[in-house]
Amino acid sequence: MQNLGEAFALALSLVASGDPDLLEIVALSLRVSLSATALACLLGLPLGALVATARFRGRGIVLVVMNALMGLPPVVVGLLVYIHLSRSGPLGFLGLLYTPGAMILAQTILIAPIVAALSRQVLEDLHVEYAEQFRSFCLTRRQVIGALLWDARYALLTVGLAGFGRAVAEVGAVIVVGGNIDHLTRVMTTAIALETSKGDLPLALALGIILLVLALGVNAAVQALRMTAARSAYV
Amino acid sequence: MSDAALSSPGAVRAEAPPPLLPLDVRSLTLQLGGTAILDGVDLSLGAGGCTVLMGPNGAGKSLLLKVLHGLMAPSGGTVSWNGAAPRAATPRQALVFQKPVLLRRSVAANLDFVLRARGKDRDRRAGLLDHVGLGHKARQPARLLSGGEQQRLALARALATDPEVLLLDEPTASLDPASVAAIEAIVGTARDAGTRILFVTHDTGQARRIADEVVFLHRGRVAEQGPAARFFPVPASRPARDYLDGRLVV
Repeated sequence: MQNLGEAFALALSLVASGDPDLLEIVALSLRVSLSATALACLLGLPLGALVATARFRGRGIVLVVMNALMGLPPVVVGLLVYIHLSRSGPLGFLGLLYTPGAMILAQTILIAPIVAALSRQVLEDLHVEYAEQFRSFCLTRRQVIGALLWDARYALLTVGLAGFGRAVAEVGAVIVVGGNIDHLTRVMTTAIALETSKGDLPLALALGIILLVLALGVNAAVQALRMTAARSAYV
Repeated sequence: MSDAALSSPGAVRAEAPPPLLPLDVRSLTLQLGGTAILDGVDLSLGAGGCTVLMGPNGAGKSLLLKVLHGLMAPSGGTVSWNGAAPRAATPRQALVFQKPVLLRRSVAANLDFVLRARGKDRDRRAGLLDHVGLGHKARQPARLLSGGEQQRLALARALATDPEVLLLDEPTASLDPASVAAIEAIVGTARDAGTRILFVTHDTGQARRIADEVVFLHRGRVAEQGPAARFFPVPASRPARDYLDGRLVV
């Protein structure tokens, strides 16, 4: 409990002082996780929409795999990305290992299945409602997917948020491919892990509190947007 | 409403395809879950006018409309829109559902979506909305409209596609008298502009007001088809007589 009080005080003083190291870590955390979320949405949303609207042999297996991939262990993803990006790996020539780029790649792989699986469910529910009308309008598949993605945009924000939440809180993958290098690849979670291992629990807790506040802030912003949309019956 | 906004069928087509009518339905069957919903429907529709499809609950009216529109494949029999299969004829028809399915967008955006998807001139939006009395609500969220307004928007979307045949599945069910009158007026205008109307209703009074012809469906079959002027005073079939007399038809 003493640690907790001390941590709150430290967190406040760190934020109030505008500690440049802290700001650098926060900025990198947001940059990596938001980039990964954006990339995962670019990949996952069309994939989710495609599976939501298509009927094909083996679709059930695809759904099982998509859902199962939501539980990818971060360390395993980190290891796989590490193997591919290491100097002797197939993507070693990119020189990405121990850079924010590698961390973005690892987090993208981690959360793209989450975005795809959750958006598939959201879009399939909407498609059930729209399908007959869309067939009556003689829409192409592309038009159907475009309309579903647009009309489900506020629900999909929550999906994106789930991806962001997973990414920003993740430590296993980014520490393997990023290496937790000071001023280069150190993010909130890896910094917390480091301070914990050093025994500086108040600082670790303070960083944790800041991370929680950041996550809460992003969630609150999206929730406010959703409530505005709900008032207009756009949800 | 301007002529450009509500063009008559064929007016915008540079090279007009053969007309969609007559419709010829022979021995049409539809089985769902082992039950015969449509059980040998024979039906013919010529060009022009408004045909009202009537019948008791469960007679198969709505499903017949969906089969004719190409949304459901029949189990047996044939449907020929002047030689074309239903799915091929779908783009030249429009179906207004009993419960309108509106996009989660504004009134104007709902209409724009259809105009864009079907390659129509988006300048027609204002005229179409004025035609259905929703010009002043263009910016409102479509799903916050009243039931009658939602149905009028669905009708405007249907008319935006310049359908040769307009299929309506109980579009006025649960609406107040003013909304019913507004929708009947819009449908009447479309009919006068040359659009063929096939209108499903339970409302005998409404059928008397709008029908040129009546098809009475009973137990998945056409019990009777004939001009409205003859059907209402002297229905030829027993189920139709019972129905018009307000007796339970099973």
